[in-house]
Amino acid sequence: MNIFVLMKRTFDTEEKITIVDGKVSEEGAEFIINPYDEYAIEEAIQVRDKHGGEVTVVTVGNEDAEKELRTALAMGCDKAVLINIEDDVEEQDQYTTAKVLAEYLKDKNPDLILAGNVAIDGGSGQVGPRVAELLGIPYVTTITKLDIDGNKVTVIRDVEGDEEIIETSLPLLVTAQQGLNEPRYPSLPGIMKAKKKPLEELELDDLDLEEEDVEAKTKTIEVFLPPKREAGKILEGEIADQVKELVRLLRSEAKVV
Amino acid sequence: MNFELTKEQQMIKEMVRDFAEKEIAPYAAKWDEEAYFPVEVFKKMGELGLLGIPFPEKYGGSGGDTISYAIAVEEIGRACGGTGLSYAAAVSLGASPIYYFGTEEQKQKWLVPMAKGETLGAFGLTEPNAGSDAGGTRTTAVLDGDEYVINGEKCWITNAQYSRQVIVTAVTGKDERGKNIISAIIVPTDTPGFTIRSNYDKMGVRASNTCELVFENVRVPKENVLGDPKKGFKQFLYTLDGGRISIAALAVGIAQAAFEKALQYAKERVQFGQTISKFQAIQFKLADMAMEIELARNMVYKAAWLKDQGKPFTKEASFAKLFASEMGFRVCNQAIQIHGGYGYMKEYEVERHLRDIKLMEIGEGTSEIQRLVIARQLGC
Ligand SMILES: Cc1cc2nc3c(=O)[nH]c(=O)nc-3n(C[C@H](O)[C@H](O)[C@H](O)COP(=O)(O)OP(=O)(O)OC[C@H]3O[C@@H](n4cnc5c(N)ncnc54)[C@H](O)[C@@H]3O)c2cc1C
Repeated sequence: MNIFVLMKRTFDTEEKITIVDGKVSEEGAEFIINPYDEYAIEEAIQVRDKHGGEVTVVTVGNEDAEKELRTALAMGCDKAVLINIEDDVEEQDQYTTAKVLAEYLKDKNPDLILAGNVAIDGGSGQVGPRVAELLGIPYVTTITKLDIDGNKVTVIRDVEGDEEIIETSLPLLVTAQQGLNEPRYPSLPGIMKAKKKPLEELELDDLDLEEEDVEAKTKTIEVFLPPKREAGKILEGEIADQVKELVRLLRSEAKVV
Repeated sequence: MNFELTKEQQMIKEMVRDFAEKEIAPYAAKWDEEAYFPVEVFKKMGELGLLGIPFPEKYGGSGGDTISYAIAVEEIGRACGGTGLSYAAAVSLGASPIYYFGTEEQKQKWLVPMAKGETLGAFGLTEPNAGSDAGGTRTTAVLDGDEYVINGEKCWITNAQYSRQVIVTAVTGKDERGKNIISAIIVPTDTPGFTIRSNYDKMGVRASNTCELVFENVRVPKENVLGDPKKGFKQFLYTLDGGRISIAALAVGIAQAAFEKALQYAKERVQFGQTISKFQAIQFKLADMAMEIELARNMVYKAAWLKDQGKPFTKEASFAKLFASEMGFRVCNQAIQIHGGYGYMKEYEVERHLRDIKLMEIGEGTSEIQRLVIARQLGC
């Protein structure tokens, strides 16, 4: 089976976000494999071990993503592809990423493509479904179970806590939800072997794409942090006065009534 | 000169940290309380290849370097000092001597299962009357036909209850000058006459398995002698040099854990209307702690690097072990101070770090012995 995993390098969930010059600062931040993509990687490895074939992990990013790709190889993926668009594309959005990935995948005859349900940084959850649309194959999002029997695929999908059972067929794209599996730790031998596994680096040119083809469809107007939480106000005095004051504040200050 | 870890080393650091945060740290307080040895965690560590980091693949290892191994010890120690000690002892004391000095047959028989994590290993040097003065070993091994017959006792031997074999030092004769010849012998733990007990009630590293060994006419085949029978003493000095790097790494890990707790606490605890991290007295403590930890870590990496390069590292390993253990004690002590009365309570888990780190100034050569080693290296 020809299996692909779409992987993103993201901020560590424990990082504190700071904004410099209207952009989220990456200075000194730790990066990780997007946690939902870890489920996708784990599932891909399990499917391969059961049904045979090969797992290729693909990312769109810059050369720093090599570490996360190597980690995916250390977990057990067979090959890695880094599509480096840093020098070619100035503004990037979900359309850009999906378009680049779809161009890469269109002549690879994928049987199964796995992605994370969302990336914990942007949180759009769009890239997976967009890639499937561009490739013209079915997709199922937020899956918690995947069974493949020949060409027939049975998927359990998490719908806000309920389960939906879906039957579909290969080729297929799925996005992984928490609960799909328990991602393995990359083993020491895995880490040592990862450096010998193939890691291909591509640029837009190699995919016959021009910058205009992948230009972002959205424009970021402003980036800002949520307002700082102010210390609460404690009202004092007689209860009746406090209630009056509260109503007044709700009206004039909070403007909620 | 390049101070950056390689990609593999970074990946190992992340993996072990991730593993230790999920599988070890949440239980460390309980294991300390109950003096419980987490054998199931060692099984998982074995499956991940952690017990074979510095050994080549042909001996069941992962083919990593000493720096990677030190990184792993630090990260496990950051989660639990006791687990860290047993890990460091398994690799540096249990397995390494067989890798350094063993015959091909001994490596296949004893090293491979340890590197794969199927069993731990132990190294029995210390005796009730021979600690720093290891030359004063009283355990004897007398050749009788094709077998050594061993009699004596050893104390405080890490991991022996979970090991298929213990490397034991014993007097096997006298040299021309009438001095004892000490040899190292591999003794399977299921040999008749070999008793292993673990009745110690320790101050710290309580999750580590610490044993008393008693040998009563224990017979092992002659070929179980490790390396050159006349050079047992030299061999364990070399073994301890390597072990010291891991004890230093362990001290860095424990200190790092204490520092992180103290920093977080200082930013949360409010007194006199502000967090105590705003007081310069507390800031200076935290600054010293962060600095000393980083200095110690750099020394650990340097000693490990020298070892990997095949260069002399005796002095640097002692520097690392001595500085890291003493700075670690200072850091853990200050971490309690920053926590005030809360730090004195078990619930806040910093007092455990102080109890754990105290061992680093004693095991694998006390601080005094480290100073002797360094002075000797200086030609004194
Ligand atoms: C938890 C734990 C685990 C251990 N694990 C192992 C193990 O796996 N294998 C093993 O073989 N041993 C192990 N040990 C033993 C440890 O290595 C010894 O405790 C250590 O070497 C010190 O020996 P000692 O306790 O006999 O102290 P002593 O040698 O009696 O020292 C007492 C004091 O005198 C000082 N002193 C001694 N000689 C000199 C000198 N010449 N100059 C100045 N000062 C001196 C010492 O520094 C120390 O302060 C372990 C110990 C503990 C507590």
